[in-house]
Formats: sequence, C-alpha cells, structure tokens
Amino acid sequence: MNKVLLIIQREFLNRVQKKSFLIATILLPLIFPAIMAVLVYISVQHKKNATKEVVYFVDDSGFFSPDTSRFIFRRFNGNIDDAKNAFQYDDASYGLLYIPSLELSSPRGITLYTNVSPGPNEVGSMERILEDQIRELKMIKFNIDKKVLDSLNTNVSIQNVNLAGGEEKTSDSNVLFGVGMACGIMMYMFIFIYGAQIMQGIIEEKTSKVVEVIISSVKSFQLMMGKIVGLASVGLLQFLIWIVLITTLSSIVLGYFGLEMPQQQMMNEMSPQSPAMQNPQTLELLNTMSQIPFAYVIFNFLFYFLGGYLLYGALFAAVGSAVDSPAEAQQFMFPITIPMLIAYFGLFTFILDDPHGTISIWLSIIPFTSPIAMMGRIAFGVPDWQLALSMVSLIAGFMLTTWVAGRIYRVGILMHGTKINYKVMAKWFMMKG
Amino acid sequence: MEALTVNEVTKRYTNHLALDQVSLSIPEQSIFGLLGPNGAGKTTLIRIINQIINADSGTISIFGETLDTKHIGTIGYLPEERGLYKKLKVGEQLIYLARLKGLSRSDASEKCKAWIKKFEITEWWSKKVEDLSKGMAQKVQFISTVLHEPRLIILDEPFSGFDPVNAQLITREILELKNKGCTIIFSTHRMETVEDLCDHIALIDNSKKILEGSKKQVKETYRSNTFRVETKGGFKLSLAGYELLDQQPLEDSYYNSIIKINDGSSPNKLIRDLTEITEVHSFVEKVPTMSEIFISLVKGGKK
Repeated sequence: MNKVLLIIQREFLNRVQKKSFLIATILLPLIFPAIMAVLVYISVQHKKNATKEVVYFVDDSGFFSPDTSRFIFRRFNGNIDDAKNAFQYDDASYGLLYIPSLELSSPRGITLYTNVSPGPNEVGSMERILEDQIRELKMIKFNIDKKVLDSLNTNVSIQNVNLAGGEEKTSDSNVLFGVGMACGIMMYMFIFIYGAQIMQGIIEEKTSKVVEVIISSVKSFQLMMGKIVGLASVGLLQFLIWIVLITTLSSIVLGYFGLEMPQQQMMNEMSPQSPAMQNPQTLELLNTMSQIPFAYVIFNFLFYFLGGYLLYGALFAAVGSAVDSPAEAQQFMFPITIPMLIAYFGLFTFILDDPHGTISIWLSIIPFTSPIAMMGRIAFGVPDWQLALSMVSLIAGFMLTTWVAGRIYRVGILMHGTKINYKVMAKWFMMKG
Repeated sequence: MEALTVNEVTKRYTNHLALDQVSLSIPEQSIFGLLGPNGAGKTTLIRIINQIINADSGTISIFGETLDTKHIGTIGYLPEERGLYKKLKVGEQLIYLARLKGLSRSDASEKCKAWIKKFEITEWWSKKVEDLSKGMAQKVQFISTVLHEPRLIILDEPFSGFDPVNAQLITREILELKNKGCTIIFSTHRMETVEDLCDHIALIDNSKKILEGSKKQVKETYRSNTFRVETKGGFKLSLAGYELLDQQPLEDSYYNSIIKINDGSSPNKLIRDLTEITEVHSFVEKVPTMSEIFISLVKGGKK
C-alpha cells in the first residue's frame, strides 16, 4: 500500500475515531440555530414584558398630546427649571421632556433630560411620537385630508427576474445576501479551524520527536501531504454529515409547520390550505429559496473549501514545522491571517453590496481571498469565465504554497530550540536537499 | 561484504561544514561504534544514511548497492530524541510504523505480537503511549526499530533512559540480532558500551573522521608501552630505558607504579631489572581504554 495513503488513513482515523469529532459534527449544526433562537426568544420576551417608562413633560408650545403606546407621559405643572430640580431627585421616572414654544415648520429646542444616557431606541421612538403629532398638526393647518394622504402612500416591491441562461429566475437580493454571508463566514471559519488543526498536529509530531522516525520511512513532503490530505478528508466527511443532517432536520421542521422542502416545492403542488401558504411574504421567500441552485452552491463550497484549505493548510503546516510550541506559532500566524481578514471584511464592505463590482470580482479571483470572496458572490450568479479563472488560480495558488511550505517543512521539523524568524525560514527555503 | 560504505561524504550547512569528506566502511554482522563529541557531525551522518537529508557530495552504498529509497525497509533507526505518538495505542502504533517501513498489515501485526510477547508486555497492547513510563516507551520504541527485521540497525544512544535491567535486556537483544546476521551501528558517548559491545569503531571530531578500525587494532595503535607494576615497597628507578611515570602507595606497604618502556628495552628486561630491586606482585600492560583514546584524540584535535 502506498505510504502516503497509509498516512492519510492514519490521520483520518485518528481524528474521526475521537469522541470530539462526533460531538462537534452532530452538535455544531444544532448549536448555531439554537443560540440564535434563544437570543431572539429572549429579546421578544423582553420587549413584551418591558414596563413602560414614566416621562414627565413640560410643554410650553401647547401642541403635545400625550401618547401612551410607548411611554407613560405625565404633565408637570410648573416651568422647566422647577421641573429639572424636581426631576433630579426622582428615580422613579425615566426622563423629562421639554417642549419649548416653537414654530411647527422648524421645531427646535426640544430636549429630553435623563439621569442615565438613553439608548438610541428610546430617543428614536420619542422622536417618532413627536414627528407624527407635528405632521398631523401640519395636515390640519394645510387642510389635507388624512385619507387623501394615505392613498398617496404606495408600497412598491420590485420583483427581480434573472434572464441569464434563457430561463426566468426570480430572486430576492436579501435572500442572496443571506446565503452569501452565511457561506462566506462558514468558509472563513472552516479554513481557520482546519488550518489550525494541521498546525497543531505538526507541532505535536515535532515536539514528541516521533517525526524523525517517520521521515526515515517516508519523504518529509509525503508526510506533510499525507497529513494535509488526511485532514481534508475529515473535513469533507464532516460536511457530508452536516448536509445530510441539515437537509433531514429542515424537512422535519418545515414539515412540522406544514411546508414542503424548498427543493421539493418545485415539483410538488403547494397545498393552499396550510396557513403559512396564505402569507405572500413566506411564499415569496420560499419561491426565492427554490430558485437558488443549492447543489451548485454546495459543490462550489466544497471546491473552495478544499482549495482554500489546501492553500492555507500548507502555510499553517510550514509554521507548525518551524516552531516548537503553539505559543510561538502566534506571531507567524498573523501574516497568514491578513489575506483572510481582507476577504472577510471585503465580504461585508464590497462583495455582498456589489457582487459584480470590480473589487468583488478581483477578490474572488485572487487565490488567497477567493475562497471567502467567491462564496459571497456565488449565490448571485457568477459568469463561468470568472469561476473558471478563479478555480484555476486557486489550484495554482495551493500548488505554490505547498511547494514553498514543503521546503520549509523538511528543514523545520528537524530543528529544535532554534530561534525562528522570517530570515531563518527564508534560509531553510533556499537550503538545498 | 561491507554492510555500509560511506565514501567521501560532505555536508555543508549555511554557516558550517557538518561533514568533511567522511569515509567509513562498516563490515557486515559487526557492531560498529560511531563515536564523537557533541556537534561533531554524527547525527548528520546518521540522517544522511537514513535518507532524511541528502549529502552535498559523496556516495553511500548499502550491502553493495547504491543507497536508494528502496532501502528504507533495510534500515532500522532509533533516533536519540525518542518519540512516539502519545495518543496512539501501543499495538496500533507499532503496526503503523512497521507498515510505513513497507510491511503488510498482517505481517506487521504478526511480528508485532511476537515481539510484544518476547518482551513480556502483552498487557500494554491497547494502552496509549502517554500512559506508559519512560522506560516502557523506550522498549516500545526499540521494538519499532527492529520490528521490520532490518539488516542494518542504527541506534543513537540506545541505553539512555533504561534502568540496568532493561539495558541488559536490550544488550541481549542486540547481541542476538548480531548473531542472526544484523549489522548494528551505535552512536554513543558511553565508552563502557563501546568497550563491551563494539567490534569496530570510528571517531568523528569537528566534521572529520579522525580514527577508524577494529577495536583491537585501535587499541594496538594507541598502546603506549606502559606497564602497571604492583610491588611490595616503593622503589626508585634510575635505570636507562625506563621512565617511572607514577607511583602510588596502596595498603600494607604495597605500591602501584606506572612505567613506560622506551625504545631499546623490553618488558622482560624490565621484569628482570625490577626483581633485582623489589618484590614484584603483578605486572600488566596498561592498555588504553576507549575512553582514554577518545579523550586524548578529541583534546588533541582541539589544541
């Protein structure tokens, strides 16, 4: 049996047989939605149970009629200075609102006095209350019927239909944004987690000194590749389990709510009786979801995960081989992290906002940023030539980093107690066999 | 046939020359002591033989063939820095290492079980290495070195970390392997090991080989014609042809003297001359120990 295969197999079994693998694989897809659900639940409950704050007001203009939907307004009888004095020693009330006599066309000088700095939400809702009242006063002043005004408000929502490929596809940029963001963040996390594991494994081998025995049996490059590929296969297995798990879970959940799976939805007639189906927004969302080519996204995700992992994994391997402890590795991880961070922040600043812009396109082609950047773009539809160019350069990129890493690795793993800096690594790189 | 021939091997690192045209020839079925102070280049040479690193120039042949990757299974290597996978169980570990040397799974498993039984450590089979003591781990590592039945075994400081009982066990195994036809290279600082076990030695100092030969031959070369004489009562030696180097009183008015015989004289003549002046109790040639040869050569080189 080929020795590299043997190393891959060993590495694979080592990781997969651990309990932590099983736990992480099963729990991770459950943990994130669970955390989100808990947070949403808490904030909903919090809003529901929140007691209304008492706000005293002094109204010199005479237009304010207290609205009790958000705050409990109480008029303070007296001038503002008395009110301020009284309010300072009052812990029971939230604030003191002062409305000076003002021109409705340019209301200035409205002040909220509080004993604690108010959050933007409170200030916002108070502003809205005032704005609404002023608008109504203005309408009366200009003799506008409220019904006429309401009929002027029109709600427009643009339905986006993509004609590429000769078939019409409706899409919702918000959903695509969500898919792109989720894919990009997951890519970032996975490359990091698996890259760090490679490094960890190599440092362990080096510090336990077992590496010298191994490389008297196989070439150091074979060992490095065996480890990298072995871990990649663990990653793929994990994804596979996740995909199966998520598909099964979501069909169970959707089934519970009386919905069909988005994938199946295209084939099956929707049942009009189900309550959710009567909600046009849900319908639209499901329709968009069904338009996203999940198989295509998953395939690309796997490709870019593998490519990005191999590219960064090799660099992590080189760092692992050079240092004697994980603590020492920190300083060398920083430069590796930079392109990842660029892609990650680029995801939020350019790519999701403008997936077809120049910067987005370049970020998704340069191999160091492409795994994350391309995943941000993929759901929006990427021209084939860009995808092909990006894939080819990713492959070329990981071949390059693997070659560089291999040269550092072969020297690094045999060096103990050397003080490492970039110059030393460069020297190792240049060193002949 | 020579088990291993090293021919003018040179290895240069960026800042220093690790090996300078080193040539060795290691006879088959011998125990060969590769000696030298720290940093002399022993580990570099061993790594080159193990094909972990490549020499800049020079050739190496093993059992008559040019050293190649196909010889990986021919060599068993116990590095000075011992190490095993801590989280892996003993049995799995041994089988894995043997398979990396080219054994099939069933073959590896079978041989592994035989060794485990021989060392009476069957109950360790499914223990993780991190749960073993240092001495136990050393035994496992020794098994991993010889499991694939290599014809050439390279042991770097094999006895470090062993208690005397286990050291004796390993010594017995080494001698048995030699009798089975294996060639063994020892790299060590422990001169008593060399004295006891090695048939041939080579001394490397400062990247160069400064001595090579059979132990007997080397000792022959470095004998200094000095004799240790035990006598009753001290004496003064003022005869021509001898030199009294040292005289120490022992118990009961016995004296121990070191006498060097200069050219033109002989041990027999010395005995005759000594009996004239004192009562001789013993008379032996003072053969230099390997340790003395080592120290004198290495120190000499440093001057």
